[in-house]
Amino acid sequence: MQMPEPSARVLSQKTQIVTRLREILPEEAVIHGEFETRAYECDALTAYKCPPLAVVLPSSTAEVSAVLKLCHEMGVPVVPRGSGTSLAGGALPTADCVVLGVARLNDVLETDYDNRFIRVQSGRTNLSVTGAVEEEGFFYAPDPSSQLACAIAGNIAMNSGGAHCLKYGVTTNNLLGVTLVLMDGTVTQIGGAYLDSGGLDLLGLICGSEGQLGVVTEATLRILRKPEGARPVLIGFDSNEVAGACVSDIIKAGVLPVAIEFMDRPCIRATEAFAKAGYPDCEALLIVEVEGSEAEIADQLAVITKIARRHNPVELRESGSEEESAKIWLGRKSAFGAMGQINDYMCLDGTIPVTALPLVLRRISELSTQYGLDVANVFHAGDGNMHPLILFDANKAGDLELCEAMGADILKLCVQVGGCLTGEHGVGVEKRDLMFDQFSAQDLEVQLKVKDVFDPAWLLNPAKVFPLVATAARRLEAAE
Amino acid sequence: MKRPVSELELAETVAAAKGPLWVSGGGTRGFGAGNLSVAGLSGIELYEPGALTLVAKAGTPLAEVEAVLAAQRQRLAFEPMDHRALLGTVGEPTIGGVVAGNVSGPRRVQVGACRDALIGVRFVDGMGRVIKNGGRVMKNVTGYDLVKLMAGAFGTLGVLSEVSFKVLPMPEAEATLVCDGLDAAAAIAAMSSALGSPFEVTAAAQIGGQTRIRIEGMAASVAYRCERLLGLLGAGWQVGSGGLWTEVRDVLPFAGRDGAVWRVSVKPSDGPVLTAGLGIAHEVIYDWGGGLIWLLVEDFKDAGAAVIRKRVAGLGGHATLVRAGDEVRAQVSRFQPEPAPLAAISAGLRVQFDPRGILNPGLMG
Ligand SMILES: Cc1cc2nc3c(=O)[nH]c(=O)nc-3n(C[C@H](O)[C@H](O)[C@H](O)COP(=O)(O)OP(=O)(O)OC[C@H]3O[C@@H](n4cnc5c(N)ncnc54)[C@H](O)[C@@H]3O)c2cc1C
Repeated sequence: MQMPEPSARVLSQKTQIVTRLREILPEEAVIHGEFETRAYECDALTAYKCPPLAVVLPSSTAEVSAVLKLCHEMGVPVVPRGSGTSLAGGALPTADCVVLGVARLNDVLETDYDNRFIRVQSGRTNLSVTGAVEEEGFFYAPDPSSQLACAIAGNIAMNSGGAHCLKYGVTTNNLLGVTLVLMDGTVTQIGGAYLDSGGLDLLGLICGSEGQLGVVTEATLRILRKPEGARPVLIGFDSNEVAGACVSDIIKAGVLPVAIEFMDRPCIRATEAFAKAGYPDCEALLIVEVEGSEAEIADQLAVITKIARRHNPVELRESGSEEESAKIWLGRKSAFGAMGQINDYMCLDGTIPVTALPLVLRRISELSTQYGLDVANVFHAGDGNMHPLILFDANKAGDLELCEAMGADILKLCVQVGGCLTGEHGVGVEKRDLMFDQFSAQDLEVQLKVKDVFDPAWLLNPAKVFPLVATAARRLEAAE
Repeated sequence: MKRPVSELELAETVAAAKGPLWVSGGGTRGFGAGNLSVAGLSGIELYEPGALTLVAKAGTPLAEVEAVLAAQRQRLAFEPMDHRALLGTVGEPTIGGVVAGNVSGPRRVQVGACRDALIGVRFVDGMGRVIKNGGRVMKNVTGYDLVKLMAGAFGTLGVLSEVSFKVLPMPEAEATLVCDGLDAAAAIAAMSSALGSPFEVTAAAQIGGQTRIRIEGMAASVAYRCERLLGLLGAGWQVGSGGLWTEVRDVLPFAGRDGAVWRVSVKPSDGPVLTAGLGIAHEVIYDWGGGLIWLLVEDFKDAGAAVIRKRVAGLGGHATLVRAGDEVRAQVSRFQPEPAPLAAISAGLRVQFDPRGILNPGLMG
């Protein structure tokens, strides 16, 4: 992976930049030492690292605005950062950038149960948003597996999903408003506690824009009342095809589970060894969860198990208690950790039409043989969002490159069958160079023009999302 | 009137245009017949019930889409309104028109708006270039989300040629709880407590003095939730008859009557605040638990625009003038004016998508 040459002009001005940042922020909010900036050299895509020129940790929207205004005036690129859990390198710095971290902006500003929203500062973690409303029986629906650590800011920038988005939608479907600071320091309010936009849907555009259009400092989020209860059923099959067909049939039947998760044999074996959840040793496993009162849960599970039985499952285990539910989820929840025990892995995020599932799984296993790298599949089957984990050895010369090449082939396959490169992790730097596989030059040019409107100087997170060749002219102009 | 029958022809038509293009689908949503119709781009291109996805050309009649879905017991969950009765228009609503206006109905409170169900678009920009964004899968964060941007852009950024949706199963059963005679504040409090309960209310409205709360799902579950909600809501509530929601969705009490019609979005508890002491005679229908307010006012002077828009801006929200006579239209903009920084961004986007300013010019500002 290639990153642009840092701007010599910016690098030579480091002292002035730091001095001026310290005029507008408290001393401890500006980090610039060679050693200290290391803590910000990467996000969760740890294969790529680069310490930034400086890091700032503002504590208010006004401070964010002052920092951006200054960087705009001095022509310094800015990389916004939430908690740094991006799997796509979205928060990866460049040597000539200021990392703007929102971790200190973590207050709850307003909770309103009658109108069912919460307003928070954007550095607040996803789980602590739910934490703030839980006592009243409410929750914030999007639940990425990283929810203990990731910030609402990053969730908005990536339009993150979670295990329960089949029913509740992803971030964009639960976001009502933001305070957005533009690169020139202008503070804007988009949306609010009401529904939909009166003009163009700028909120929809901001969500998923990967920190390239503005810095989000506050967010108004929809909160929901917790369901009375929830219970999963575990269904094992001796073929991926049959499991895929079962998913399709459940959806067609009209019951809408909150989650349909899928694991294949390599993943089942790895998690069994690690977490001992008592999963059957089979080819494919589904976890289907439904919500409601006890009776409602029983009714829905009856429909689902009836469908499953038609597909001759090798195992069908309905949870009868909290404890059994936890056990069923245990393996799924520790899947990434389990794979990490075995090896280094790369987690892909392509989405495919659910109907293409058997074909794609077969092709992935062929690619696995061809490249000589093992793959485990664990994903949100209800919405076709795949997470193939390619195992490799970071210490073995050439293995990372081999793994990246195989990853690219899998993602291209997702696009070929009518899907896309990324369902919830974002493009970042990781999938940047595959964008021409999904979009025409014209499709991408329109997106670049959108950035031209919000950030004409191309200073906000400029080396992400789009292939470097597509943005070269715009970035070079900014660097001079 | 130009009436292309393919996306390519549509692109050529736009590229060759020398002056303004007034785009129309079925012409039912109160924007006139226009001089460029997309009704010729018609047909469902893909429907996979097992994947809950449907792709259709923009000019496909909404009725055709709904019929095809209904045959598999599925639907567009956002319940798009039919504007014909309210606006006194005739014609066949198209799926592209639904998207261009981000048209949603009572179920918006629970499942989201048209923009939330929309997963992909193809469109022709103001230079005649064909652009795609999103696709046919439910989860997609590849590049900027222009899909949302196109929903509710009223054809000012591009002419839609194809739209893709996430659809949902039709429930087995439906029931509505009703209560007569609540004042606005009490009605909204009741609707808020129902919407804030775990019982998955799929619509809450007050219309003609009656407050209504809808529950949908498997039969036994609907019965159970009705019972629990009746317990929660207290005296005066009972199970109502069927067929109470078309009237709400299509704002039928204001159809065929004199007067201008406003559509206002605020947070639910602001509804009574907005309407109390407006200083102009009005009738009101609350949908979305009180968050969507339909106002019928006298079709005279500015139809209350000055006071309504000022109050809405103060509370946070927006007011759209959905129906009015020519005299009012001449002095009142259809959409709520945006604060300066947002207006500048919107104008900037229009210039990028339509550099010649020929797509529905001036329609949104
Ligand atoms: C173990 C693990 C599990 C995960 N599981 C999921 C999952 O289930 N679903 C899912 O969707 N993702 C998942 N992720 C990915 C990741 O957690 C999400 O993308 C998350 O939203 C990133 O949030 P963050 O605060 O860490 O953002 P960061 O990593 O700090 O930044 C992410 C992006 O947001 C931008 N950004 C940050 N702050 C702002 C701001 N204030 N304004 C504008 N832009 C900003 C950054 O520039 C960057 O482009 C997982 C990651 C890990 C490590």
